[in-house]
Amino acid sequence: MLRAHDITAGYGRRPVLSGVSLEVPPGRTVGLGGPSGCGKSTLARVLSLMMRPTSGEVSIDGAVVSRWRQRAPRSLRTSVALLYQQPRTAVDPRMTLREIIAEPPAAAGRRSPSLVASLAGEVGLTGDLLTRRPHEVSDGQLQRACLARALTLEPRYLICDEMTTMLDASTQAHLVAVVLAYQARTGAGVLAISHDRVLLDRWADSTIAWTAQPTV
Amino acid sequence: MRTAAFVLVALGLAVLLVPPIFQLDQQLVDLRAAGLPPSPAHPLGTDEVGRDVLLRCVYGLRVSFLVGLVAALVSMVIGGTLGLAAGSAGGLVDRLLMRVVDGFSSLPHLLLGIFIVAMFAPSPVAVVVSVGITHWTSAARIVRSEVLSLRGRPFVEAAISGGASRSRVIYRHLLPHLVPHLLLAMVLMVPHAIWHETALSFLGLGLPPHLASLGNMINDGQRSLLAGNWWSSLAPGLFILAPTLAVSVLSQRWRDRLNPRMRSELAL
Repeated sequence: MLRAHDITAGYGRRPVLSGVSLEVPPGRTVGLGGPSGCGKSTLARVLSLMMRPTSGEVSIDGAVVSRWRQRAPRSLRTSVALLYQQPRTAVDPRMTLREIIAEPPAAAGRRSPSLVASLAGEVGLTGDLLTRRPHEVSDGQLQRACLARALTLEPRYLICDEMTTMLDASTQAHLVAVVLAYQARTGAGVLAISHDRVLLDRWADSTIAWTAQPTV
Repeated sequence: MRTAAFVLVALGLAVLLVPPIFQLDQQLVDLRAAGLPPSPAHPLGTDEVGRDVLLRCVYGLRVSFLVGLVAALVSMVIGGTLGLAAGSAGGLVDRLLMRVVDGFSSLPHLLLGIFIVAMFAPSPVAVVVSVGITHWTSAARIVRSEVLSLRGRPFVEAAISGGASRSRVIYRHLLPHLVPHLLLAMVLMVPHAIWHETALSFLGLGLPPHLASLGNMINDGQRSLLAGNWWSSLAPGLFILAPTLAVSVLSQRWRDRLNPRMRSELAL
């Protein structure tokens, strides 16, 4: 279980989250909705170990996280994958889509062209798109590459932070279908963050609705 | 912009092509031709011991370019490494390294440079060491601030989250983005290093007196200034000024191109 307990986090002296708790069980999809600025993305960063909370505890399948970002053990970092709202800022502009998808296995010393090709096919990226750089493809194609990249190391938990907000309806449906298929195959837990209530109702097993001041 | 590029290319070609074509014995004097004003035979006149000022300026600029480039490279390597270490490590390491940078920045560069060259015999290597050791702080600041900005970007966080080691993040995701900024800082450093080399040579602490160096030439020329021999000081001065202004104009354009907001305006 991916668990956040009594998390307080913020930027500078201003707390964005205060005493927030949340649980994402394996194999389940938890929806998190709420207006802009209520701290959803901050919680996503905390849960993906990219931001140290000022207080509270994060645990991944019982392992309490004590170190964050680069200092966190590699096995913990790679067990949670984060999908960002804006794919254009989430990829290195110098890399081709193939290099972007292949980066996590390459960092682990496991170069696997067949895995990259199979994941690219799963998310709907054709071979010619893989040789292009981010500025040569659309947001939707880039988000597909980001999803493929997130799945390369088979994370136990997937955090989709407004993953489909900038995309058209068919791309939205396709990406959600890919996540659901991955979840069915691996039993991963998914935290789906969105302010689209309709999408969350259809996608998530349970939904938590935040107001401007989260009191979960 | 075009004039600046033309000046820089012309000077670059001159320092590359003139010395192999016009071999200059730097210790040869011709007292019969001493102190001649500019003429077709000597376009920038001769100095007080009869040496052609134009030819010596080109030789001097070649030495200055070489010393400036190597010194800028040394300062970029030192500053870049420390800035990268400070920015990527953060915390106590960052604070300690930046206090070292502050400490170095507070020292007068020329005075520190004089102290360093005084420990060696006058030579190009001593000047390179002096300029390199005293001018790395700006590179350290530039690299650190860029690393701090990059580390929080989602694509770097995605790499960390994807299990990339600290060294992989640095070499694969940070360094490629730093290189244009470092190159720009280095290009800007070259004229500064040339000025520093010239100042040391002017004070008699830079290159050996017999070597044609712009600083040495200004120093030699000032002695004959009262005798009306204005060209032997003015010419090397212009040879310092021209590449400095040209690099300044070109690097301003480069800096605009590195700035995404300015880049979009330039494209319109």
